[in-house]
Amino acid sequence: MSAETAISVTGLAKSYKNLKVLDKIDFTVPKGSIFALLGPNGAGKTTTIKILTTLLKPDQGTAAIYGYDVVRQPSRVRELISLAGQDAAIDHILTGRENLQLIGSLRHLPNANAEVDALLERFDLADAADRRVATYSGGMGRKLDLAMSLLGNPRVMFLDEPTSGLDPQSRLTTWQIIKDLAASDITVFLTTQHLEEADQLANHIAILKEGGIVAEGTPADLKKLLPHGHIELGFTESRHLRAAADLLSRYKSHVDDPSLTLTIVTDGSIKQMTDILKRLEDAGVSVATFAQKLPTLEDVFLSYTGRGKQGENGHEN
Amino acid sequence: MRTSIRNSLSDTMVMMERRLRHSFRSVDTIITVVAMPVVLMLMFVYVFGGAMNTGTGHYINYIVPGIILMTISSGVAYTALGVNTDITSGFFDRFRSMPIAESSILTGHVLTSVVFSAVSSFIVFVVALAMGFRTGAGIVGGLSIIGIFLLYTIATTWLAVMFGLLAKTAEGAGIFAYPLIFLPFVSSGFAPTKTMPGPLRVFAENQPVTHIINAVRALLAGQPVGNSAWIAIAWCLVLLVAAYLTSMYIYKNKTT
Ligand SMILES: Nc1ncnc2c1ncn2[C@@H]1O[C@H](COP(=O)(O)OP(=O)(O)OP(=O)(O)O)[C@@H](O)[C@H]1O
Ligand SMILES: [Mg+2]
Repeated sequence: MSAETAISVTGLAKSYKNLKVLDKIDFTVPKGSIFALLGPNGAGKTTTIKILTTLLKPDQGTAAIYGYDVVRQPSRVRELISLAGQDAAIDHILTGRENLQLIGSLRHLPNANAEVDALLERFDLADAADRRVATYSGGMGRKLDLAMSLLGNPRVMFLDEPTSGLDPQSRLTTWQIIKDLAASDITVFLTTQHLEEADQLANHIAILKEGGIVAEGTPADLKKLLPHGHIELGFTESRHLRAAADLLSRYKSHVDDPSLTLTIVTDGSIKQMTDILKRLEDAGVSVATFAQKLPTLEDVFLSYTGRGKQGENGHEN
Repeated sequence: MRTSIRNSLSDTMVMMERRLRHSFRSVDTIITVVAMPVVLMLMFVYVFGGAMNTGTGHYINYIVPGIILMTISSGVAYTALGVNTDITSGFFDRFRSMPIAESSILTGHVLTSVVFSAVSSFIVFVVALAMGFRTGAGIVGGLSIIGIFLLYTIATTWLAVMFGLLAKTAEGAGIFAYPLIFLPFVSSGFAPTKTMPGPLRVFAENQPVTHIINAVRALLAGQPVGNSAWIAIAWCLVLLVAAYLTSMYIYKNKTT
């Protein structure tokens, strides 16, 4: 294992009774990078995080943080990591400040009070700092939870859906904080349901499904997995929609009657675009709206996790 | 090694400080725990007291040991709730992924329970004094009584920890304490066991709470305690070791 590797996972497997959650997965995360694990509900994201943070023992395979085995050297691992779990682990009877001070004392930080103040400021919680957490909103609790995980300069952070329940402003703040972490050489392992989040933050993405990693790479790599973009034509009348669908029947397309839109899969070339528009123009079909769509990470995700429309825009015509 | 022992002590103190804040910040907790034994004591003394013939002077002197045991037990139920809440709120996971002494989490709960029981028992004791309770126990007797109650508190707290770790919900976690709270009723706590019918009497005369109460009552009266103190201590020690080992086993193998 290279000295530049923060997390390495080989052949990791875990089952709950008869349910196979992880079926021999492998990946490595370089130091100072952001790794996003995507997957539908129940895919095993939290399970993976629990194994990596020494809370759960794998059935098979190995996982190491900075070269320390999570099963055989848990105390070494714990000195390097920090966890913000899927549900905010905050103490509702204590105040926000007391929650942070609690973690500061347990981490034996010499300068805890100053660090606590800085974090409260950074997460916009300074005004609520001395109120009991029971009076916090869900999003404030989530932010406090994240702040507690940041305390004490961990080398590898595990964030299980860090922005769920945050307003857009707080989400942006959190994204910035995560980017800053990686810039200061902290490794971030996060799970998310928001494809945009992974796209924005991650250097490397892995998609988990039915116990295995079905696709991985940089966000750009993943988007290349779906070479086709598509264009969307909107109509004001359904006879126009029908006429257009007939005219363009040589293309893979999808008619959506309720919204009066026609989605056409193209290779994105000028030649195809021109051809499509010319056919409509010649036949006198009036098009109300026109939009070109590039493949998004969401298309990739949906096509690999096998929910909703297929990557190739299932054509029914 | 030095630092690790020092860290482990300091971690335990931090955990205990957190739990003490919980216990004394929510005023209703201490009121709930103290109110029930005090109300029972008032009822027993002023409503039924006149009808009771225990063959010993003041009836209040007779029931104080049982009342204090009830106070301790209902305080201990609060520990089961606290442990369970820490699991369901994800706090255990947070702590267990941190470089801290593993034992500090549970020990913090247990030590807090001891402090909490001491405070609530003291309040109940003061009320009893105001109601006319008097004791002939000397220093040695007094310390022995405190020792027995302390042992009972620690043993039942570990039992509470075990139930807190096992329970699926917070409501479930506290339920185990009800038998514990009501055990003094089926003992020599409020009426002499010899007035009870057959099987009940056999149970009442042999269950651990009776031995504890008899021992404490004798010490309070400044009389010789006989075997009951040793039997009481043995019961508590067995419970303590069993509950402690089981709790630690569940804790180490727990996957939330
Ligand atoms: N303690 C447990 N006992 C039995 N099954 C479990 C346990 N924990 C998780 N599972 C199951 O394992 C599977 C994976 O769960 P996991 O929490 O890892 O999913 P996830 O990818 O984090 O999902 P989500 O996006 O909903 O958070 C699920 O089917 C879940 O029901
Ligand atoms: Mg999850």
